[in-house]
Amino acid sequence: MRLNEKELEIVEILEKDARTASGDIAKMIGLSVEETEQSIKKLEEHKVIVRYISIVDWTKVEEHSGVRAMIDVKVTPKRGVGFDEIAERIYRFDEVNSVYLMSGTYDLSIIVEGKSMNEVANFVSQKLSTLDSVISTTTHFILKKYKHDGIIFEPENKDKRIVVSP
Amino acid sequence: MESTKRTYVSKLVHDLKPSGIRRFFDLAAGMEGVISLGVGEPDFVTPWHIREAAISSLEQGYTSYTPNAGLLGLREEIAYYMKTQFDVTYSPSEEIIVTVGASSAIDIALRTILDPGDEVIIVEPCFVSYVPMVELAGGVAVQVQALKENDFKILPDQIEAVITEKTKAIMICSPNNPTGTMLNKKELQGLADLASKYDLLVIADEIYAELAYDEEYTSMAAIGGMLERTILVSGFSKGFAMTGWRLGFVCAPVEISSAMLKVHQYGLMCASTMSQYAAIEALKNGRFDVEEMVKSYRRRRNYIVQSFNEIGLECHEPGGAFYAFPSIQSTGLTSQEFAEKLLLQEGVAVVPGDVFGESGEGHIRCSYASSLEQLQEAIKRIKRFIDSL
Repeated sequence: MRLNEKELEIVEILEKDARTASGDIAKMIGLSVEETEQSIKKLEEHKVIVRYISIVDWTKVEEHSGVRAMIDVKVTPKRGVGFDEIAERIYRFDEVNSVYLMSGTYDLSIIVEGKSMNEVANFVSQKLSTLDSVISTTTHFILKKYKHDGIIFEPENKDKRIVVSP
Repeated sequence: MESTKRTYVSKLVHDLKPSGIRRFFDLAAGMEGVISLGVGEPDFVTPWHIREAAISSLEQGYTSYTPNAGLLGLREEIAYYMKTQFDVTYSPSEEIIVTVGASSAIDIALRTILDPGDEVIIVEPCFVSYVPMVELAGGVAVQVQALKENDFKILPDQIEAVITEKTKAIMICSPNNPTGTMLNKKELQGLADLASKYDLLVIADEIYAELAYDEEYTSMAAIGGMLERTILVSGFSKGFAMTGWRLGFVCAPVEISSAMLKVHQYGLMCASTMSQYAAIEALKNGRFDVEEMVKSYRRRRNYIVQSFNEIGLECHEPGGAFYAFPSIQSTGLTSQEFAEKLLLQEGVAVVPGDVFGESGEGHIRCSYASSLEQLQEAIKRIKRFIDSL
């Protein structure tokens, strides 16, 4: 889909802050509120904007115990469908958070979430490694999240400027 | 002997007016929870790769002086940048001097060209330092007023009316602090024609050149025949969000720049070395950062200008910089009264327009280099303030 300049601006603004009010976006890009809302609707319909979600820092939540792992997966691609079929078989698992096809020494990079290391280990050994096309897996557990999708989790964002300056 | 106490401060300095901004700073600095639209600098922190270049230069031990005119490598980057970005050609070895912010560039320019009593035509409203800097350099500041009805653009006739035999230079700033007004090619041409007709120099303060939102920026030096009579002042503070690094530069034909270098070398020796290394990185790899910042400022400009007009403060659309300059005449208050009451009543700091010159009276300068949330809250409070009058 080819976006016009205004639509591109809308996407950029919403990607930074999905809760920006359409009235504010309208002012920022010089469209009417109606035009802005129509454009947003169109972007949603075309799945350019797929969903609006929150970025949660689960480490702040005491009740939450969970682990994430990034797993490098080597697979055998299949004639006709390449990597797509095996990727789909993998991403259908609820435990799988993300799947990327990579260049380099392995093929798929996947992110898996589980309640414990044990749960993730079970997933890898029982479900992932046993898939026909999977040749090998290397699991890396994530110890601490510093920055995710451009968001720094503990930013030090105090305005250091003096209050009035020429 | 007479017992009258000797005055140590020179008459010239004694007679300088303190900056009107100072008073507001003192007032606002003591208050809690102030939303400030009074800041004359970006809300972006210098991009990390630029900061990292400075750190790396320190690690490698680059802590000594640089040549007076600045690192040749930096001057070469500046020359390339000015050529590709603004289509002006300067020799890195002879026509570019790296200075301590654009302010020191203006200072050495004035001290280089002025004999006692020489006049400099200054277009106001303008940056608070222009008039004092001319006076400190022994010159006479002749102020002409860019008017609201002309979108704060000066007309050549207004300038021609004050040209005398003593006029040496015209000083302009586009995009302008505090009005945000940007002069287009045609308007610059009008001033250029005057400069050649009367054999004047133009000191062009182009520190906000990167921050142009609607039209492509035209440098005064890019106007035909003006390279010879322009002293082009710029720097890294605004476009690259590097105010605290104190790094600017000045470009001028060799006759002038070689003379300016004398003033610069005796007064300042050279600009800070680590800042110069950071600036090389900024010019080499920072153009994308600038583009992103420009986008963000443009959106906030659109937002604040429309919001001011909606709440009844008439505001022209500024073409550049990060200032809106709405009129507060409808409130019947002077800009000083408005700014002071607004600060005390609602905790919003703005700068009264009259500190930038008489023609700024009736206006307030509002920097929109703040987050959207801050701007929204500020507009809300300003509206409440106006309604309370």
